[in-house]
Amino acid sequence: MNRWLPRTYLTLVYLLLYVPIVVLVVFSFNESRTGYEWGGLSLRWYEALFNNRAMVQAMWNSLWLALSAATVSTLIGALTALALHRYRFRGKKVLNGMLFIVMMSPEIVLAISLLALFLLVGLQLGYVSLLLAHVTFCLPFVVITVMARLSGFDERLPEAARDLGASDFTMTRTVLIPVIMPALLAGWLLGFTLSLDDVVVSTFVSGPSYEILPLRIYSMVRVGLKPEVNALGTLLLVFSLVMLILSQWILLRSKR
Amino acid sequence: MKQTLLSLSNLTKQFDGKKVLDSLDLEIFDGEFITLLGPSGCGKTTLLRMMAGFEHPDEGSITLGGQDLTHTPPEHRPLNTVFQNYALFPHMSVFDNVAYGLKMEKRPKEEIQQRVEEALAMVQLEDFARRKPHQLSGGQQQRVAIARAVVKRPKMLLLDEPLSALDFKLRRTMQVELKRLQRELGITFVFVTHDQEEALSMSDRVVVLKGGHIQQLGTPREVYERPANLFTARFVGETNFFPGRVDAANGDDTITVDVFGLKRTFRKPDFPVKEGQGLHVLLRPEDIRVLAPEDEDGVAGKIVERNYKGSTLDSVIHLEDGTEVLASEFFDEDDPTFDYRLGEPVKVSWVDGWEWLLPTEPEALPEEEGTDA
Amino acid sequence: MRSLTQQPFRTAVLVLVWGWLLFLVLTPNLLVVGASVMTRDPGSFISLPLTLDAYRQLLNPLYLEVFLHSLYMAAMTTLVCLLIGYPFAWALSKVGKRNQVLLIFLLIVPFWTNSLVRTYALKLILATNGLLNNALMSLGVIDEPMQLLYTEGAVIIGLVYLLLPFMILPLYSVFEDLQEDYLRASHDLGAGRLSTFIHVIVPLTLPGVLAGIMLVLLPAMGLFFVPDILGGSRNLLVGNVIKNQFLDARNWPFGAAASIMLTLAMAFLMFAHRLSKRRIGEDGV
Repeated sequence: MNRWLPRTYLTLVYLLLYVPIVVLVVFSFNESRTGYEWGGLSLRWYEALFNNRAMVQAMWNSLWLALSAATVSTLIGALTALALHRYRFRGKKVLNGMLFIVMMSPEIVLAISLLALFLLVGLQLGYVSLLLAHVTFCLPFVVITVMARLSGFDERLPEAARDLGASDFTMTRTVLIPVIMPALLAGWLLGFTLSLDDVVVSTFVSGPSYEILPLRIYSMVRVGLKPEVNALGTLLLVFSLVMLILSQWILLRSKR
Repeated sequence: MKQTLLSLSNLTKQFDGKKVLDSLDLEIFDGEFITLLGPSGCGKTTLLRMMAGFEHPDEGSITLGGQDLTHTPPEHRPLNTVFQNYALFPHMSVFDNVAYGLKMEKRPKEEIQQRVEEALAMVQLEDFARRKPHQLSGGQQQRVAIARAVVKRPKMLLLDEPLSALDFKLRRTMQVELKRLQRELGITFVFVTHDQEEALSMSDRVVVLKGGHIQQLGTPREVYERPANLFTARFVGETNFFPGRVDAANGDDTITVDVFGLKRTFRKPDFPVKEGQGLHVLLRPEDIRVLAPEDEDGVAGKIVERNYKGSTLDSVIHLEDGTEVLASEFFDEDDPTFDYRLGEPVKVSWVDGWEWLLPTEPEALPEEEGTDA
Repeated sequence: MRSLTQQPFRTAVLVLVWGWLLFLVLTPNLLVVGASVMTRDPGSFISLPLTLDAYRQLLNPLYLEVFLHSLYMAAMTTLVCLLIGYPFAWALSKVGKRNQVLLIFLLIVPFWTNSLVRTYALKLILATNGLLNNALMSLGVIDEPMQLLYTEGAVIIGLVYLLLPFMILPLYSVFEDLQEDYLRASHDLGAGRLSTFIHVIVPLTLPGVLAGIMLVLLPAMGLFFVPDILGGSRNLLVGNVIKNQFLDARNWPFGAAASIMLTLAMAFLMFAHRLSKRRIGEDGV
């Protein structure tokens, strides 16, 4: 086959994928108010962003939510992965299947089901409902990340530790956790990013008491173009990118 | 003089309804090198894992120096294991791997330092303490695993096919090294392998296992020269089985047996014999004498295969009734070019007294076939 | 029980995980199923008696038209993704290993970045006086701005833009496994390029195709913010209908019934995917 044809094609598709992102980033530094013409370099939209008290509050809320959701889901997800990996128990396939379904099902299905639950049990929509929902949709991703690491794990390592005098708990602390640490970190970073970026589920389960960033952006972009959104979007993109690079670096380094 | 260290009695274990060990009894002596030998699935690894505490018997007990260990978790047993693929902790240095067991005992830092250095010196890896396991060769990893297990000064070392991942030459070196270590440390070694040569060359005693039963327990020489049954005879080394028929039980502790029409007189075996009874006459290939066709003695046949093995010439001889005979002959200094042609007529015989007799058994189940020797 | 006393850690973990999944996955989904067969109630959202009205309403011509339109847009999105993604994944699997790592990385970036922000970025380009129109006018291709935004096309472009990587990644993984030897064997046995493609490549990459369809088609019916930003009020997705019923119209039974339709679609696709994997001798997940 021709050599340059596939390459040109790959390049073209990558261009299409990245042009909008580049445009967004470039326009976030645009002095002009109308989002279409170049009016010179400026940081005024970043300034406007940080001068907006409600916006800054939503940022902190989002960060705190992502932080807690990632931490809780990593904790539960890692334990789940360990249980699936180490123990034989009834309903193991059901558990696996449920996690798979959570991952595959459209977010909106998860969203309305959780809304129904929260209203039924009378839970005030806010931080707690958001946290429960975010942990739930992050969970399968963490489980998969940790399981992948565990599947390359030598079954004899825990036995070797026990053989040398470690209790089950000490073995977990000194052998199991250090070995799966890279996967835990990667899972955490993924959970953090998923939570920070979520719109669909949050639309349903958030309340006025706890405003988060994606929903604020959502209400801003539904009507027309807002230059602040360019700046905010750029910040979010850069943030996610750093997280992704970090996680890939951790996983690559651990593979060596 | 031989003191029992570990005693296993009536051990029974089932996995998914399949009996892996069947009321097995075994006494292991203090300071011996004992090998569990058998084909895969014979129960040898399960037995070892039971000693280590990773499996629990459905029935029976394990006692060490009179103390019941049956339900003691592995971390509280005074024995250590060298695992098949070494199971070195990948995130720890060689030093930390070896120190792990001592840290678990909460030994003082200086003592740990000193004992780990000693253990590494013993396996000639003093200079590798700071390396990570993945920076070592297979043989080096093997030695770290051994150091990690013996640094705790266990009463007994359990070795689960520790040499199976090494190439042939390295395996030989490690066999010698393991023997040396065992002599120096004076610890009891329980060694699991499916390699009969390895078992014979290293052990004080060999336990031949099949189907969760001990087939034979004895010194390597006993197991090789006087196999207890057909399985052991087939599994350990190569053997020719000649069909024999008792012609007469003589008064003087001998019997006359008809083998291929030859009447030979053998020492009376341990099992009861009566006239007309069939039995197996076992001869190792090196016991076979290949004679010229005009020789009076022996059974006529012809050479169908010849393999030059360096120190021996191995041949396959087809007897007239179709029986195949393996023969392994050392080269004669007087005749270094000695060789056979394919199809060459010969006669087969052996020196009286070198044979071993076994009673015929009900035809073996097909699962016996294909066992790796 | 033996396990309770012997393995407190194991017991605690299993209780925690099962508890979480039962309370936050199973119960909520049962609630949705329950809500779909109840009667709409303005005060408490749902009430007795049990009825299949919600499902009947799905067949109401007004909604049926919306659903079919949504299905059409989702199907177009999937088709476009497949047409772009299949040759893309093929080409990608042929790139040298060193570059592949970087290219794969560039593909997963979208998965990690905010899809809302990226949809908005698309709006910058498609707007009436946006970049695309400006560029085309200054090149003299068109005389006056085209209406790109708030069209069916804009929604499909938006969905393709967001979901293309989800089509490419599973396809890439099947092309990675597709050994050159199969193709050589096929040519060696006298098959031409076309018949090799039809008889060897397509069957072997089918699981990847179905996985990609599953990962694209379902979100393409649910991502309600894409029409909200790019499509205007006439190009709605099933997701928009569900959202409106739950948050605005307060017709829970109807919203629940619509969401169950989505779930059934997912079940069907998962089943097809499993089947295709089994056909080439791999264990389905």
